[in-house]
Amino acid sequence: MGKVMKIARRGFLFGSVAILGGVAFGWWKYETPYGNPLEGGEGATLNPYVLIDAQGITIIAPRAEMGQGVQTTLAALVAEEMDLTLDQVRVIHGPASAAYYNSAILGEGVPFAPTDFGRVAEAVRAAMEVPAKFLGLQMTGGSSSVPDAYDKMRVAGAAARAALVQAAALRLGVAAEALRTEGGAVVAPDGTKLTYVELAEAAAGIELDAEPVLKAPAAWTVLGKSQARVDVVAKSTGTAVYTADLRLPGMLFASARTNPRLGGAVKGYDASAAEAMAGVVKVVPVPGGAAVVAQTTWTAMQAVEAIAFDWGEAPYPATSAEIATAMAFNFTQEFRDSVNRDDGDVETALAAGDVFEAAYTVPYLAHATMEPMTAAALLKDGKLTIWAGNQFPTQAQAEGAALTGLPAEAVTVETLAMGGGFGRRAEMDIIRQAVTLAMAVEGKPVLLTWSREEDMTHDGYRPAALGQVRAKLEGGRIAAFDFGTCSSSVIESQGGRLGFSVPGPDGAIVQGAWEQPYRFAHHRVTGYRAPAMVPVGSWRSVGASQNAFFHESAVDELAHLAGADPVQFRLDHIDHGPSREVISAVAKLADWGRVAAGRAKGFAFCMSFGVPVAEVVEVEQGPSGIRITGAWAAVDVGVALDPRNIEAQVTGAMVYGLSAAVRGEITFADGMAEQRTFWDYEPLRMPQVPPMQVVVLQNLERIRGIGEPGLPPVAPALANAIFALTGQRLRGLPLAKAVAFA
Amino acid sequence: MAVSFTVNGEMRQVDLPPEMPLLWVLREGLNLTGTKFGCGIASCGACTVHLDGQAVRSCQVTLADVAGSQVVTIEGLGNPAALHAVQAAWIAGQVAQCGYCQSGQIMQAAALLAKNPAPSDDEIDAAMEGNLCRCGTYPRIRAAVHDAAKRLSGV
Repeated sequence: MGKVMKIARRGFLFGSVAILGGVAFGWWKYETPYGNPLEGGEGATLNPYVLIDAQGITIIAPRAEMGQGVQTTLAALVAEEMDLTLDQVRVIHGPASAAYYNSAILGEGVPFAPTDFGRVAEAVRAAMEVPAKFLGLQMTGGSSSVPDAYDKMRVAGAAARAALVQAAALRLGVAAEALRTEGGAVVAPDGTKLTYVELAEAAAGIELDAEPVLKAPAAWTVLGKSQARVDVVAKSTGTAVYTADLRLPGMLFASARTNPRLGGAVKGYDASAAEAMAGVVKVVPVPGGAAVVAQTTWTAMQAVEAIAFDWGEAPYPATSAEIATAMAFNFTQEFRDSVNRDDGDVETALAAGDVFEAAYTVPYLAHATMEPMTAAALLKDGKLTIWAGNQFPTQAQAEGAALTGLPAEAVTVETLAMGGGFGRRAEMDIIRQAVTLAMAVEGKPVLLTWSREEDMTHDGYRPAALGQVRAKLEGGRIAAFDFGTCSSSVIESQGGRLGFSVPGPDGAIVQGAWEQPYRFAHHRVTGYRAPAMVPVGSWRSVGASQNAFFHESAVDELAHLAGADPVQFRLDHIDHGPSREVISAVAKLADWGRVAAGRAKGFAFCMSFGVPVAEVVEVEQGPSGIRITGAWAAVDVGVALDPRNIEAQVTGAMVYGLSAAVRGEITFADGMAEQRTFWDYEPLRMPQVPPMQVVVLQNLERIRGIGEPGLPPVAPALANAIFALTGQRLRGLPLAKAVAFA
Repeated sequence: MAVSFTVNGEMRQVDLPPEMPLLWVLREGLNLTGTKFGCGIASCGACTVHLDGQAVRSCQVTLADVAGSQVVTIEGLGNPAALHAVQAAWIAGQVAQCGYCQSGQIMQAAALLAKNPAPSDDEIDAAMEGNLCRCGTYPRIRAAVHDAAKRLSGV
């Protein structure tokens, strides 16, 4: 074990280790059984964030890039403290390792509202670090990467800098306090410069005796400033390498087809036509279907279509109508999953008088990433390598080991850039198939690419969901609000596919509803669990994607019933300061209260992943239908590390949410998804997307992530705008089923 | 029988089935992986390249179709050391998120600007309608096309 400094306040052991020609800085892990990503420790494991060797300075940003800019922002945390700029470093994802566990992802699963900083809430959050550490989840999701990394990676950078300064002080015979750092070098008062690279080996022997002091935000020159993304040149020149672009000597190419009745068996298949095709190497059975390994992807895709399959039945109701009936049946007390909030006495309050009642629905949604599912694998000489853009590398490693029977140490996972993730690439389906193929063509690398049709019809979909609101107004305010929401459980379905059994209620069912900062005297939020039917999964913003539509449609209806302005109505019921600020900020940004002739604006608010977001959408009635003419958002992430990237994430989330709100829908017939490609599951195209403006505030109590929170309010804001324009209240998504869009 | 055509200014002879889509010829025959597979049926635009100066979906053009033609891919438009104005505008505007659709977007925008050096927002929207982006970079694409127009006209 190398030189160590215990940082008691954070419970970390910071240290360094000598590597060939250099040094690695990071956190030492202790009392855990995980392997060492550097394979160099002596009984303990270093999870490095900084490597310095003759090649230069490398920052390890162990969260997967799916477009959200995480590699850039995480690298900036380290670079800031080392007085580096991002063009002076190389940024890599690094190996799959439990050492890079994500504690924030479980910390937000606790049953306390993100606005609750009470002693009990904080104690439970802190305790969640322990299971997260032992589960060793290296996962990207839940808008958790930045909150997880904010302290760890800044301290890693600061401690690395301190060690390099100490090494320079010893070499120059100058007090460390007299030295400064600049441009990747330690600079002495006389102007002598020693680069980090030349100090690296010496720094490996330095033992720090005190926790390095982090820079005050006022002194930041990288953080808080918009950065050029580390991947922007590659992604603008066609040189970024996605999994689909991997080319290895001797590589074979494959495509797969499995039962479109998801989870159904394959009773048999006739692959003789496929096997006879020129360029086909092998037809390989995979769970639920078969894959073709060929000389080209084009051949493999044609050949897999030439296999005659005899599919088994779907293990769920076969049509959308039957699924809807099953869901409605489960929207009763008997199938209650959780009561997450029960203030006052809702039942008594709603027992008499004028009670508002409304029911809302949303459909299944596909992720439909631009890059269809891809994964590559090579099994050779007792070692397995998996290449995949994926959100869960430690799981990929475990699955690869289980399938091949190899020890986990013999399985390497290379996490490449994802052509979109949105939650889809936390699934293991294609990775398992790729490993199965690698076993069938041992010694040769095989790249598996799904067709768009296979991708669209084999998803862990955003669950279809039902919402039900009963409420009562008194004196122009909401006196009682009873919110119910029903869907299949994402945790049960997605966790089940990964082999996890998660007991207890599923917080995702009520996410985006129960933790809202509204204050109603009588307030209940109940989640109902529909049975597992169609496989469902994490879709950008998860439960908040449906619940914000239910909740904010209902609050808008109540505002109109009360004769109140929808923005003022929210402010009358919300007492959380940062939430009030984003509401006021977006009203100002969108010039709320004024509209051009023939146009109308709608408003919605949602706090998800701890981030309050308020949005306004403007619409007009054109000759060929409704056109979205503007969209505005105000968000608060506590500390805005990269304002321009936050703006990109919020506008991107709004476009993704608008695509779903306008015409996103997966329906089922004969047990199969009826939408197969972008013509029948068509996202918004450029003419349908309006100009957008985003304002980023920093009033929140702590730093938060922004990949998802921009999404939930946009669907209700659009529906509320359509109501304001036409007087037609739309309680079901997608909206294009009820009104025409230009 | 080998088919000859010009790719990024270089004459290439390709011995692959004549009915093979240009997309796969580029990606797996010639290892030009900047051109992306998104759908295979011209619904997404991720595979857009220039064929004799026109933006086309390379999944809908066969190897036989391109015999004797000039094909330009994202790699031939410019490279990190010598960026095309559209690529420079894309970088300055920080357009890309996941980036998977951006080769196609850039090729489509370059073809638009070659014909229309100063397009309006509506003209940009119309020209770019066939190119999907799931990350929702459309507002930045619009801005970057205007920026590229200025760069190309030397303003």
